[in-house]
Amino acid sequence: MLGEGILKGLTETAKNFFGSYFSAQRLTTVQYPEDRIAPFESARVFPFLLYDGGDWQAGLRCVACQICEKECPPKCIFIVKSTDKKPDALGKPQYYPARFDIDISVCMSCQICVEVCPFEAIKMDAEFELSTTDRFGGLLLDRQQLAKSNEYFHQIHATEATAVDARLAAEKVKADAKAKAAADIAKAKAAAIAGEGA
Amino acid sequence: MINEFDQIFVLLQHWLVSFLPAAVQPPASVLVSVTAIVCIFPALFALTTVFERKGLARIQNRIGPNRVGPFGLLQPIADGIKSLTKEDIVPLSADAAVHFLAPIVLVVAVFMGFAVLPMGRKMVLADMDTGLLFYFAMGASTELSVFMAGWSSRNKYSLLGAMRAVAQMISYEVILLLSSVTVVMMAGSLSLTKIVEAQNHYSGGLPHWYIFTPWGLAGFVMYAIAATAETNRSPFDLPEGESELVAGYHTEYSGFKFALFFLGEYLAMFSISGMGATLFLGGWSAPLASLCWVPSWIWFFSKLMLSIFVFIWLRGSLPRLRQDQLMNFAWKFVLPMCLLNLLVAGLWRFLGDGWLRWVACSAILLVAYAAMGLGEMHRKQRGPRSYRYAE
Repeated sequence: MLGEGILKGLTETAKNFFGSYFSAQRLTTVQYPEDRIAPFESARVFPFLLYDGGDWQAGLRCVACQICEKECPPKCIFIVKSTDKKPDALGKPQYYPARFDIDISVCMSCQICVEVCPFEAIKMDAEFELSTTDRFGGLLLDRQQLAKSNEYFHQIHATEATAVDARLAAEKVKADAKAKAAADIAKAKAAAIAGEGA
Repeated sequence: MINEFDQIFVLLQHWLVSFLPAAVQPPASVLVSVTAIVCIFPALFALTTVFERKGLARIQNRIGPNRVGPFGLLQPIADGIKSLTKEDIVPLSADAAVHFLAPIVLVVAVFMGFAVLPMGRKMVLADMDTGLLFYFAMGASTELSVFMAGWSSRNKYSLLGAMRAVAQMISYEVILLLSSVTVVMMAGSLSLTKIVEAQNHYSGGLPHWYIFTPWGLAGFVMYAIAATAETNRSPFDLPEGESELVAGYHTEYSGFKFALFFLGEYLAMFSISGMGATLFLGGWSAPLASLCWVPSWIWFFSKLMLSIFVFIWLRGSLPRLRQDQLMNFAWKFVLPMCLLNLLVAGLWRFLGDGWLRWVACSAILLVAYAAMGLGEMHRKQRGPRSYRYAE
Protein backbone atom coordinates (compact mmCIF):
# COMPACT_ATOMS: atom_id res chain seq x y z
CA MET A 1 0.00 0.00 0.00
CA LEU A 2 1.25 3.46 -0.87
CA GLY A 3 2.39 5.40 2.16
CA GLU A 4 3.09 2.34 4.27
CA GLY A 5 6.80 3.04 4.36
CA ILE A 6 6.20 6.61 5.49
CA LEU A 7 4.10 5.40 8.42
CA LYS A 8 6.75 2.84 9.32
CA GLY A 9 9.41 5.54 9.30
CA LEU A 10 7.27 7.87 11.35
CA THR A 11 6.70 5.24 14.04
CA GLU A 12 10.42 4.55 14.16
CA THR A 13 11.28 8.21 14.72
CA ALA A 14 8.44 8.58 17.22
CA LYS A 15 9.87 5.64 19.15
CA ASN A 16 13.23 7.40 19.19
CA PHE A 17 11.67 10.69 20.21
CA PHE A 18 9.81 9.35 23.22
CA GLY A 19 12.29 6.58 24.01
CA SER A 20 15.17 9.01 24.35
CA TYR A 21 13.39 10.67 27.27
CA PHE A 22 12.96 7.41 29.13
CA SER A 23 16.04 5.34 28.46
CA ALA A 24 19.47 6.86 28.87
CA GLN A 25 21.02 4.02 26.87
CA ARG A 26 19.44 5.38 23.72
CA LEU A 27 21.34 8.64 23.98
CA THR A 28 24.51 8.23 22.01
CA THR A 29 26.04 11.62 22.77
CA VAL A 30 28.28 12.46 25.70
CA GLN A 31 28.14 15.87 27.37
CA TYR A 32 31.75 16.44 26.44
CA PRO A 33 33.62 18.80 28.75
CA GLU A 34 31.87 17.38 31.83
CA ASP A 35 31.58 13.75 30.76
CA ARG A 36 34.13 11.93 28.70
CA ILE A 37 34.32 8.57 27.07
CA ALA A 38 37.25 6.32 28.05
CA PRO A 39 40.22 7.02 25.79
CA PHE A 40 40.93 4.49 23.09
CA GLU A 41 44.36 2.90 23.21
CA SER A 42 44.87 3.21 19.49
CA ALA A 43 44.04 6.92 19.46
CA ARG A 44 46.82 9.08 18.08
CA VAL A 45 47.00 12.81 17.63
CA PHE A 46 50.41 14.48 17.46
CA PRO A 47 53.92 13.18 18.16
CA PHE A 48 55.77 13.71 21.44
CA LEU A 49 59.30 13.01 22.68
CA LEU A 50 59.94 10.28 25.22
CA TYR A 51 62.34 10.59 28.11
CA ASP A 52 63.47 8.08 30.73
CA GLY A 53 63.90 8.81 34.40
CA GLY A 54 62.84 11.95 36.20
CA ASP A 55 64.67 14.70 34.35
CA TRP A 56 63.36 15.44 30.87
CA GLN A 57 66.55 17.11 29.72
CA ALA A 58 68.89 14.35 30.82
CA GLY A 59 66.61 11.45 29.88
CA LEU A 60 65.52 12.51 26.40
CA ARG A 61 65.95 9.49 24.13
CA CYS A 62 66.34 11.59 21.01
CA VAL A 63 69.88 11.71 19.65
CA ALA A 64 69.15 14.38 17.06
CA CYS A 65 69.83 12.03 14.15
CA GLN A 66 67.32 14.16 12.15
CA ILE A 67 65.82 11.18 10.29
CA CYS A 68 62.31 12.23 11.32
CA GLU A 69 62.99 15.79 10.20
CA LYS A 70 64.00 14.53 6.76
CA GLU A 71 61.15 12.02 6.47
CA CYS A 72 58.38 14.32 7.68
CA PRO A 73 56.09 14.82 4.63
CA PRO A 74 54.77 18.28 5.56
CA LYS A 75 58.13 19.31 7.08
CA CYS A 76 56.77 20.29 10.45
CA ILE A 77 59.79 19.15 12.50
CA PHE A 78 62.78 21.43 13.11
CA ILE A 79 65.85 20.06 14.87
CA VAL A 80 69.12 21.74 15.87
CA LYS A 81 71.81 19.21 16.73
CA SER A 82 73.91 19.87 19.81
CA THR A 83 77.65 20.48 19.49
CA ASP A 84 78.58 18.43 22.56
CA LYS A 85 77.67 14.87 23.52
CA LYS A 86 76.14 13.40 26.61
CA PRO A 87 75.63 9.77 27.67
CA ASP A 88 72.33 8.17 26.66
CA ALA A 89 70.39 5.41 28.42
CA LEU A 90 73.01 2.84 27.48
CA GLY A 91 75.78 5.05 28.69
CA LYS A 92 77.04 5.75 25.18
CA PRO A 93 77.91 9.39 24.49
CA GLN A 94 75.39 10.81 21.97
CA TYR A 95 74.38 14.11 20.47
CA TYR A 96 71.11 15.54 21.75
CA PRO A 97 68.63 18.02 20.23
CA ALA A 98 69.50 21.57 21.23
CA ARG A 99 66.18 22.49 19.65
CA PHE A 100 63.32 20.23 18.70
CA ASP A 101 60.19 21.99 17.45
CA ILE A 102 57.02 20.50 15.98
CA ASP A 103 54.51 22.81 14.37
CA ILE A 104 51.24 21.01 15.07
CA SER A 105 49.37 23.38 12.81
CA VAL A 106 51.32 21.74 9.97
CA CYS A 107 51.61 18.19 11.31
CA MET A 108 49.21 15.77 9.64
CA SER A 109 49.51 13.00 12.25
CA CYS A 110 50.83 10.49 9.72
CA GLN A 111 53.10 8.78 12.27
CA ILE A 112 55.97 8.45 9.78
CA CYS A 113 58.38 10.07 12.26
CA VAL A 114 57.47 7.31 14.72
CA GLU A 115 58.00 4.59 12.11
CA VAL A 116 61.47 5.80 11.12
CA CYS A 117 62.88 6.60 14.57
CA PRO A 118 65.58 3.99 15.37
CA PHE A 119 65.74 5.07 19.02
CA GLU A 120 62.07 4.76 20.08
CA ALA A 121 62.37 8.42 20.96
CA ILE A 122 59.27 9.86 19.27
CA LYS A 123 55.78 8.45 19.76
CA MET A 124 52.18 9.49 19.09
CA ASP A 125 50.33 11.32 21.85
CA ALA A 126 46.65 10.97 22.71
CA GLU A 127 46.24 14.54 23.97
CA PHE A 128 43.73 16.34 21.74
CA GLU A 129 42.69 19.44 23.66
CA LEU A 130 45.31 21.67 22.09
CA SER A 131 43.28 24.69 21.08
CA THR A 132 44.94 28.00 21.78
CA THR A 133 44.25 31.68 21.25
CA ASP A 134 47.66 32.13 19.59
CA ARG A 135 47.58 30.27 16.32
CA PHE A 136 51.28 30.78 15.51
CA GLY A 137 53.26 30.56 18.73
CA GLY A 138 50.70 28.49 20.56
CA LEU A 139 50.80 25.69 18.04
CA LEU A 140 54.59 25.55 17.75
CA LEU A 141 55.65 23.11 20.46
CA ASP A 142 59.25 23.17 21.67
CA ARG A 143 61.17 20.23 23.14
CA GLN A 144 60.10 20.97 26.70
CA GLN A 145 56.43 20.91 25.74
CA LEU A 146 57.02 17.79 23.67
CA ALA A 147 58.97 15.85 26.31
CA LYS A 148 56.84 13.31 28.17
CA SER A 149 57.87 10.53 30.48
CA ASN A 150 57.83 6.81 29.76
CA GLU A 151 55.23 6.41 32.53
CA TYR A 152 52.91 8.72 30.60
CA PHE A 153 53.49 6.61 27.50
CA HIS A 154 52.48 3.55 29.50
CA GLN A 155 49.34 5.34 30.59
CA ILE A 156 48.11 6.27 27.12
CA HIS A 157 49.36 3.38 24.97
CA ALA A 158 50.04 0.52 27.39
CA THR A 159 50.50 -2.29 24.87
CA GLU A 160 52.85 -0.37 22.64
CA ALA A 161 54.84 0.97 25.59
CA THR A 162 55.35 -2.53 27.02
CA ALA A 163 56.53 -3.80 23.64
CA VAL A 164 58.91 -0.86 23.31
CA ASP A 165 60.28 -1.44 26.80
CA ALA A 166 60.83 -5.13 26.04
CA ARG A 167 62.63 -4.27 22.82
CA LEU A 168 64.83 -1.72 24.55
CA ALA A 169 65.62 -4.17 27.38
CA ALA A 170 66.59 -6.82 24.82
CA GLU A 171 68.80 -4.32 23.06
CA LYS A 172 70.40 -3.35 26.35
CA VAL A 173 71.07 -7.00 27.19
CA LYS A 174 72.61 -7.47 23.78
CA ALA A 175 74.65 -4.33 24.10
CA ASP A 176 75.77 -5.34 27.59
CA ALA A 177 76.75 -8.81 26.36
CA LYS A 178 78.64 -7.28 23.47
CA ALA A 179 80.35 -4.83 25.78
CA LYS A 180 81.16 -7.63 28.17
CA ALA A 181 82.53 -9.80 25.39
CA ALA A 182 84.58 -6.89 24.13
CA ALA A 183 85.79 -6.24 27.65
CA ASP A 184 86.64 -9.93 28.06
CA ILE A 185 88.60 -9.96 24.83
CA ALA A 186 90.34 -6.78 25.82
CA LYS A 187 91.09 -8.25 29.22
CA ALA A 188 92.35 -11.48 27.66
CA LYS A 189 94.46 -9.49 25.24
CA ALA A 190 95.81 -7.41 28.06
CA ALA A 191 96.52 -10.57 30.04
CA ALA A 192 98.28 -12.10 27.02
CA ILE A 193 100.31 -8.96 26.50
CA ALA A 194 101.16 -8.92 30.17
CA GLY A 195 102.06 -12.65 30.00
CA GLU A 196 104.25 -12.04 26.99
CA GLY A 197 105.86 -9.18 28.74
CA ALA A 198 106.55 -11.35 31.71
CA MET B 1 -15.39 35.74 33.65
CA ILE B 2 -14.74 32.91 31.23
CA ASN B 3 -16.00 35.05 28.44
CA GLU B 4 -13.69 37.89 29.48
CA PHE B 5 -10.71 35.55 29.51
CA ASP B 6 -11.68 34.36 26.06
CA GLN B 7 -11.76 37.95 24.83
CA ILE B 8 -8.80 39.17 26.88
CA PHE B 9 -6.80 40.41 23.92
CA VAL B 10 -9.78 42.14 22.35
CA LEU B 11 -10.58 43.87 25.65
CA LEU B 12 -6.94 44.81 26.09
CA GLN B 13 -6.95 46.38 22.65
CA HIS B 14 -10.12 48.34 23.40
CA TRP B 15 -8.67 49.53 26.69
CA LEU B 16 -5.44 50.68 25.06
CA VAL B 17 -7.25 52.52 22.32
CA SER B 18 -9.74 54.16 24.69
CA PHE B 19 -7.07 56.63 25.80
CA LEU B 20 -7.01 58.16 22.33
CA PRO B 21 -9.46 60.63 20.77
CA ALA B 22 -12.31 58.99 18.90
CA ALA B 23 -11.10 60.14 15.49
CA VAL B 24 -7.84 58.15 15.63
CA GLN B 25 -9.29 55.12 17.37
CA PRO B 26 -9.96 52.91 14.29
CA PRO B 27 -6.44 53.23 12.80
CA ALA B 28 -4.92 52.92 16.28
CA SER B 29 -6.74 49.68 16.99
CA VAL B 30 -5.47 48.27 13.71
CA LEU B 31 -1.98 49.38 14.65
CA VAL B 32 -2.26 47.61 18.01
CA SER B 33 -3.34 44.38 16.32
CA VAL B 34 -0.57 44.61 13.75
CA THR B 35 1.99 45.19 16.50
CA ALA B 36 0.71 42.18 18.37
CA ILE B 37 1.00 39.96 15.30
CA VAL B 38 4.42 41.32 14.41
CA CYS B 39 5.64 40.61 17.95
CA ILE B 40 3.97 37.29 18.73
CA PHE B 41 4.84 35.32 15.64
CA PRO B 42 8.57 36.13 15.58
CA ALA B 43 8.65 35.21 19.28
CA LEU B 44 6.98 31.94 18.38
CA PHE B 45 9.55 31.54 15.61
CA ALA B 46 12.37 31.96 18.12
CA LEU B 47 10.89 29.27 20.35
CA THR B 48 10.22 26.97 17.41
CA THR B 49 13.85 27.04 16.28
CA VAL B 50 14.91 25.65 19.67
CA PHE B 51 12.10 23.13 19.77
CA GLU B 52 12.88 22.02 16.25
CA ARG B 53 16.54 21.48 17.05
CA LYS B 54 15.66 19.64 20.24
CA GLY B 55 12.97 17.59 18.54
CA LEU B 56 15.23 16.58 15.68
CA ALA B 57 17.92 15.71 18.20
CA ARG B 58 15.54 13.48 20.14
CA ILE B 59 14.45 11.80 16.93
CA GLN B 60 18.11 10.97 16.33
CA ASN B 61 18.65 9.91 19.96
CA ARG B 62 20.65 13.01 20.81
CA ILE B 63 20.08 15.62 23.49
CA GLY B 64 20.07 18.78 21.41
CA PRO B 65 21.03 22.31 22.41
CA ASN B 66 21.17 22.62 26.20
CA ARG B 67 24.00 25.04 26.89
CA VAL B 68 22.58 28.55 26.48
CA GLY B 69 20.25 29.20 29.37
CA PRO B 70 18.03 26.63 31.09
CA PHE B 71 17.41 23.71 28.69
CA GLY B 72 18.96 25.79 25.93
CA LEU B 73 15.95 28.08 25.80
CA LEU B 74 18.07 31.20 25.30
CA GLN B 75 19.62 29.74 22.17
CA PRO B 76 17.53 31.93 19.81
CA ILE B 77 18.87 35.05 21.52
CA ALA B 78 22.41 33.87 20.94
CA ASP B 79 21.54 33.06 17.32
CA GLY B 80 19.93 36.47 16.86
CA ILE B 81 22.96 38.29 18.23
CA LYS B 82 25.17 36.20 16.00
CA SER B 83 23.26 36.99 12.84
CA LEU B 84 23.02 40.70 13.73
CA THR B 85 26.76 41.02 14.27
CA LYS B 86 27.71 39.13 11.13
CA GLU B 87 28.97 40.97 8.11
CA ASP B 88 26.36 41.57 5.46
CA ILE B 89 28.00 40.54 2.21
CA VAL B 90 26.50 41.47 -1.15
CA PRO B 91 28.22 39.82 -4.12
CA LEU B 92 29.95 42.31 -6.42
CA SER B 93 27.99 41.24 -9.48
CA ALA B 94 24.66 40.98 -7.66
CA ASP B 95 21.73 43.21 -8.48
CA ALA B 96 22.01 45.11 -5.22
CA ALA B 97 18.52 46.60 -5.09
CA VAL B 98 16.70 43.34 -5.80
CA HIS B 99 19.09 41.45 -3.57
CA PHE B 100 18.21 43.82 -0.75
CA LEU B 101 14.47 43.74 -1.42
CA ALA B 102 13.99 39.97 -1.68
CA PRO B 103 14.02 39.08 2.05
CA ILE B 104 11.87 42.09 2.89
CA VAL B 105 9.28 41.21 0.26
CA LEU B 106 9.19 37.67 1.61
CA VAL B 107 8.61 38.68 5.22
CA VAL B 108 6.06 41.36 4.32
CA ALA B 109 4.09 38.99 2.10
CA VAL B 110 4.08 36.32 4.77
CA PHE B 111 2.97 38.75 7.47
CA MET B 112 0.11 39.93 5.24
CA GLY B 113 -1.30 36.40 5.36
CA PHE B 114 -1.79 36.64 9.13
CA ALA B 115 -4.17 39.55 8.65
CA VAL B 116 -7.08 37.32 7.72
CA LEU B 117 -6.44 34.39 10.08
CA PRO B 118 -9.01 34.19 12.87
CA MET B 119 -6.84 33.47 15.90
CA GLY B 120 -9.70 33.32 18.34
CA ARG B 121 -13.30 34.33 18.72
CA LYS B 122 -13.52 37.87 17.21
CA MET B 123 -9.74 37.92 17.01
CA VAL B 124 -9.12 38.67 13.36
CA LEU B 125 -7.35 41.72 12.06
CA ALA B 126 -9.24 42.06 8.78
CA ASP B 127 -12.45 40.06 8.53
CA MET B 128 -12.65 39.99 4.76
CA ASP B 129 -15.42 38.31 2.80
CA THR B 130 -12.73 36.94 0.52
CA GLY B 131 -10.23 36.10 3.23
CA LEU B 132 -9.21 32.79 1.73
CA LEU B 133 -8.56 34.37 -1.63
CA PHE B 134 -6.52 37.15 -0.05
CA TYR B 135 -4.52 34.61 1.91
CA PHE B 136 -3.61 32.57 -1.14
CA ALA B 137 -2.78 35.70 -3.12
CA MET B 138 -0.32 36.70 -0.42
CA GLY B 139 1.06 33.17 -0.17
CA ALA B 140 1.65 33.09 -3.91
CA SER B 141 3.62 36.33 -3.83
CA THR B 142 6.29 34.73 -1.67
CA GLU B 143 7.34 32.89 -4.82
CA LEU B 144 8.29 36.24 -6.28
CA SER B 145 10.67 37.00 -3.46
CA VAL B 146 12.26 33.57 -3.74
CA PHE B 147 12.87 34.14 -7.40
CA MET B 148 14.12 37.68 -6.73
CA ALA B 149 16.66 36.26 -4.30
CA GLY B 150 17.83 33.56 -6.69
CA TRP B 151 18.01 35.84 -9.71
CA SER B 152 19.67 38.84 -8.11
CA SER B 153 22.44 36.82 -6.45
CA ARG B 154 24.10 35.98 -9.77
CA ASN B 155 25.07 32.60 -8.51
CA LYS B 156 24.29 29.36 -10.27
CA TYR B 157 23.31 27.62 -7.06
CA SER B 158 20.98 30.43 -6.10
CA LEU B 159 19.42 30.44 -9.52
CA LEU B 160 18.99 26.67 -9.62
CA GLY B 161 17.50 26.74 -6.14
CA ALA B 162 15.12 29.51 -7.12
CA MET B 163 14.08 27.70 -10.30
CA ARG B 164 13.36 24.58 -8.30
CA ALA B 165 11.50 26.59 -5.69
CA VAL B 166 9.31 28.34 -8.21
CA ALA B 167 8.54 25.12 -10.10
CA GLN B 168 7.71 23.36 -6.86
CA MET B 169 5.68 26.15 -5.32
CA ILE B 170 3.59 26.75 -8.42
CA SER B 171 2.86 23.02 -8.78
CA TYR B 172 1.82 22.63 -5.18
CA GLU B 173 -0.07 25.92 -5.14
CA VAL B 174 -2.58 24.21 -7.41
CA ILE B 175 -3.03 21.39 -4.93
CA LEU B 176 -3.21 23.76 -2.00
CA LEU B 177 -6.02 25.71 -3.64
CA LEU B 178 -7.95 22.72 -4.94
CA SER B 179 -7.88 20.96 -1.58
CA SER B 180 -9.19 24.12 0.10
CA VAL B 181 -11.93 24.58 -2.46
CA THR B 182 -13.82 21.63 -0.98
CA VAL B 183 -14.09 23.55 2.29
CA VAL B 184 -15.38 26.61 0.47
CA MET B 185 -17.95 24.39 -1.27
CA MET B 186 -19.21 23.13 2.08
CA ALA B 187 -19.07 26.34 4.08
CA GLY B 188 -20.40 28.35 1.17
CA SER B 189 -18.12 31.25 1.95
CA LEU B 190 -14.60 32.51 1.36
CA SER B 191 -14.65 34.30 4.68
CA LEU B 192 -12.47 32.50 7.18
CA THR B 193 -14.59 33.51 10.18
CA LYS B 194 -17.63 32.00 8.48
CA ILE B 195 -15.68 28.83 7.73
CA VAL B 196 -14.81 28.50 11.42
CA GLU B 197 -18.39 29.24 12.46
CA ALA B 198 -19.60 26.52 10.09
CA GLN B 199 -17.46 23.99 11.97
CA ASN B 200 -18.13 25.35 15.43
CA HIS B 201 -21.12 23.26 16.44
CA TYR B 202 -21.29 19.97 18.23
CA SER B 203 -23.42 16.84 18.18
CA GLY B 204 -23.04 14.39 21.03
CA GLY B 205 -20.14 16.43 22.39
CA LEU B 206 -18.11 15.92 19.24
CA PRO B 207 -17.29 18.78 16.87
CA HIS B 208 -18.30 19.05 13.23
CA TRP B 209 -14.82 19.71 11.97
CA TYR B 210 -14.30 19.10 8.30
CA ILE B 211 -11.45 16.68 8.98
CA PHE B 212 -14.03 14.25 10.40
CA THR B 213 -15.58 13.67 7.00
CA PRO B 214 -14.15 11.49 4.21
CA TRP B 215 -13.60 14.38 1.83
CA GLY B 216 -12.29 16.55 4.66
CA LEU B 217 -9.73 13.96 5.74
CA ALA B 218 -8.54 13.46 2.16
CA GLY B 219 -8.49 17.21 1.64
CA PHE B 220 -6.56 17.74 4.86
CA VAL B 221 -3.92 15.17 3.94
CA MET B 222 -3.46 16.76 0.53
CA TYR B 223 -3.44 20.21 2.08
CA ALA B 224 -0.72 19.06 4.49
CA ILE B 225 1.36 17.66 1.63
CA ALA B 226 0.98 20.86 -0.36
CA ALA B 227 1.69 22.99 2.71
CA THR B 228 4.93 21.11 3.33
CA ALA B 229 5.95 21.69 -0.26
CA GLU B 230 4.85 25.34 -0.23
CA THR B 231 6.98 26.12 2.80
CA ASN B 232 9.95 24.23 1.31
CA ARG B 233 10.13 21.91 4.27
CA SER B 234 11.68 18.47 4.23
CA PRO B 235 10.95 16.11 2.45
CA PHE B 236 10.23 18.77 -0.18
CA ASP B 237 13.23 20.96 0.62
CA LEU B 238 14.79 20.67 -2.81
CA PRO B 239 15.11 24.45 -3.27
CA GLU B 240 17.57 24.47 -0.39
CA GLY B 241 19.06 21.08 -1.07
CA GLU B 242 22.24 21.70 0.91
CA SER B 243 23.82 18.51 -0.40
CA GLU B 244 23.72 19.70 -3.99
CA LEU B 245 22.95 23.44 -4.02
CA VAL B 246 24.87 24.84 -1.02
CA ALA B 247 21.77 26.57 0.34
CA GLY B 248 19.66 27.21 -2.74
CA TYR B 249 18.27 30.69 -3.24
CA HIS B 250 19.73 32.09 -0.03
CA THR B 251 23.29 30.95 -0.74
CA GLU B 252 24.47 34.54 -1.19
CA TYR B 253 22.69 35.91 1.87
CA SER B 254 24.45 36.45 5.14
CA GLY B 255 23.88 38.16 8.44
CA PHE B 256 20.48 39.57 9.11
CA LYS B 257 19.18 39.17 5.58
CA PHE B 258 19.64 35.45 5.96
CA ALA B 259 17.89 35.64 9.32
CA LEU B 260 14.99 37.36 7.57
CA PHE B 261 14.74 34.50 5.08
CA PHE B 262 14.81 32.06 7.95
CA LEU B 263 12.11 34.06 9.72
CA GLY B 264 10.00 34.23 6.57
CA GLU B 265 10.23 30.49 6.11
CA TYR B 266 9.03 29.78 9.63
CA LEU B 267 6.34 32.45 9.53
CA ALA B 268 5.05 30.89 6.33
CA MET B 269 4.94 27.59 8.17
CA PHE B 270 2.94 29.16 11.01
CA SER B 271 0.50 30.89 8.73
CA ILE B 272 -0.05 27.83 6.55
CA SER B 273 -0.53 25.69 9.67
CA GLY B 274 -2.98 28.24 11.03
CA MET B 275 -4.81 28.20 7.72
CA GLY B 276 -4.93 24.40 7.76
CA ALA B 277 -6.32 24.49 11.28
CA THR B 278 -8.90 27.07 10.24
CA LEU B 279 -10.03 25.16 7.18
CA PHE B 280 -10.08 21.59 8.46
CA LEU B 281 -9.54 21.53 12.22
CA GLY B 282 -12.23 23.97 13.24
CA GLY B 283 -9.97 27.01 13.74
CA TRP B 284 -10.33 28.26 17.28
CA SER B 285 -13.16 25.92 18.24
CA ALA B 286 -12.66 23.40 21.03
CA PRO B 287 -12.21 19.70 20.18
CA LEU B 288 -14.98 18.68 22.64
CA ALA B 289 -18.16 20.47 23.59
CA SER B 290 -17.21 20.06 27.26
CA LEU B 291 -13.98 22.00 26.66
CA CYS B 292 -15.62 25.11 25.28
CA TRP B 293 -14.76 27.08 28.42
CA VAL B 294 -11.05 27.08 27.47
CA PRO B 295 -10.24 30.36 25.67
CA SER B 296 -10.52 30.08 21.91
CA TRP B 297 -7.04 31.48 21.22
CA ILE B 298 -5.51 28.66 23.26
CA TRP B 299 -7.13 26.15 20.92
CA PHE B 300 -5.95 27.99 17.84
CA PHE B 301 -2.36 28.17 19.02
CA SER B 302 -2.31 24.56 20.26
CA LYS B 303 -3.52 23.38 16.87
CA LEU B 304 -0.85 25.52 15.26
CA MET B 305 1.91 24.15 17.46
CA LEU B 306 0.68 20.60 16.92
CA SER B 307 1.05 21.08 13.16
CA ILE B 308 4.51 22.52 13.70
CA PHE B 309 5.38 19.38 15.65
CA VAL B 310 4.18 17.26 12.74
CA PHE B 311 6.33 19.35 10.39
CA ILE B 312 9.36 18.68 12.58
CA TRP B 313 8.49 15.02 12.89
CA LEU B 314 8.26 14.67 9.11
CA ARG B 315 11.55 16.49 8.70
CA GLY B 316 13.22 14.06 11.07
CA SER B 317 11.80 11.02 9.32
CA LEU B 318 11.73 11.42 5.57
CA PRO B 319 14.54 11.69 3.03
CA ARG B 320 14.47 14.40 0.39
CA LEU B 321 12.64 13.69 -2.85
CA ARG B 322 14.17 13.94 -6.30
CA GLN B 323 12.92 16.69 -8.60
CA ASP B 324 11.14 14.28 -10.96
CA GLN B 325 9.58 12.39 -8.07
CA LEU B 326 8.35 15.68 -6.66
CA MET B 327 6.74 16.72 -9.92
CA ASN B 328 5.30 13.29 -10.69
CA PHE B 329 3.82 13.13 -7.22
CA ALA B 330 2.19 16.52 -7.58
CA TRP B 331 0.79 16.26 -11.07
CA LYS B 332 0.13 12.53 -11.45
CA PHE B 333 -1.02 11.55 -7.99
CA VAL B 334 -2.13 14.38 -5.74
CA LEU B 335 -3.75 16.55 -8.39
CA PRO B 336 -6.08 13.80 -9.72
CA MET B 337 -6.95 12.91 -6.14
CA CYS B 338 -7.74 16.57 -5.51
CA LEU B 339 -10.05 16.76 -8.51
CA LEU B 340 -11.74 13.55 -7.44
CA ASN B 341 -12.13 14.98 -3.97
CA LEU B 342 -14.03 17.94 -5.41
CA LEU B 343 -16.54 15.53 -6.96
CA VAL B 344 -16.73 13.54 -3.72
CA ALA B 345 -17.45 16.73 -1.79
CA GLY B 346 -20.28 17.51 -4.20
CA LEU B 347 -21.63 13.99 -3.80
CA TRP B 348 -21.48 14.38 -0.01
CA ARG B 349 -23.49 17.58 -0.26
CA PHE B 350 -26.23 16.10 -2.43
CA LEU B 351 -26.59 12.65 -0.85
CA GLY B 352 -28.11 14.27 2.21
CA ASP B 353 -27.81 13.05 5.78
CA GLY B 354 -27.49 9.35 6.51
CA TRP B 355 -24.97 6.53 6.42
CA LEU B 356 -25.02 6.19 2.63
CA ARG B 357 -22.92 9.26 2.00
CA TRP B 358 -20.31 8.11 4.48
CA VAL B 359 -19.96 4.71 2.81
CA ALA B 360 -20.10 6.01 -0.76
CA CYS B 361 -17.64 8.87 -0.28
CA SER B 362 -15.14 6.81 1.75
CA ALA B 363 -15.33 3.95 -0.74
CA ILE B 364 -14.69 6.18 -3.75
CA LEU B 365 -11.69 7.86 -2.12
CA LEU B 366 -10.20 4.63 -0.78
CA VAL B 367 -10.58 2.76 -4.06
CA ALA B 368 -9.04 5.65 -5.99
CA TYR B 369 -6.16 5.90 -3.53
CA ALA B 370 -5.45 2.18 -3.57
CA ALA B 371 -5.78 1.88 -7.35
CA MET B 372 -3.53 4.85 -8.07
CA GLY B 373 -1.04 3.83 -5.44
CA LEU B 374 -0.83 0.25 -6.61
CA GLY B 375 -0.65 1.35 -10.23
CA GLU B 376 2.21 3.67 -9.42
CA MET B 377 4.07 1.02 -7.46
CA HIS B 378 3.44 -1.62 -10.10
CA ARG B 379 4.92 0.57 -12.80
CA LYS B 380 8.07 1.11 -10.73
CA GLN B 381 8.68 -2.68 -10.60
CA ARG B 382 10.04 -2.78 -7.13
CA GLY B 383 12.38 -5.56 -6.15
CA PRO B 384 16.01 -6.18 -5.37
CA ARG B 385 18.10 -3.43 -6.88
CA SER B 386 20.11 -4.42 -9.94
CA TYR B 387 23.29 -2.66 -10.91
CA ARG B 388 24.21 -2.17 -14.50
CA TYR B 389 27.88 -1.32 -14.07
CA ALA B 390 28.88 -2.08 -10.53
CA GLU B 391 29.86 -5.58 -9.38
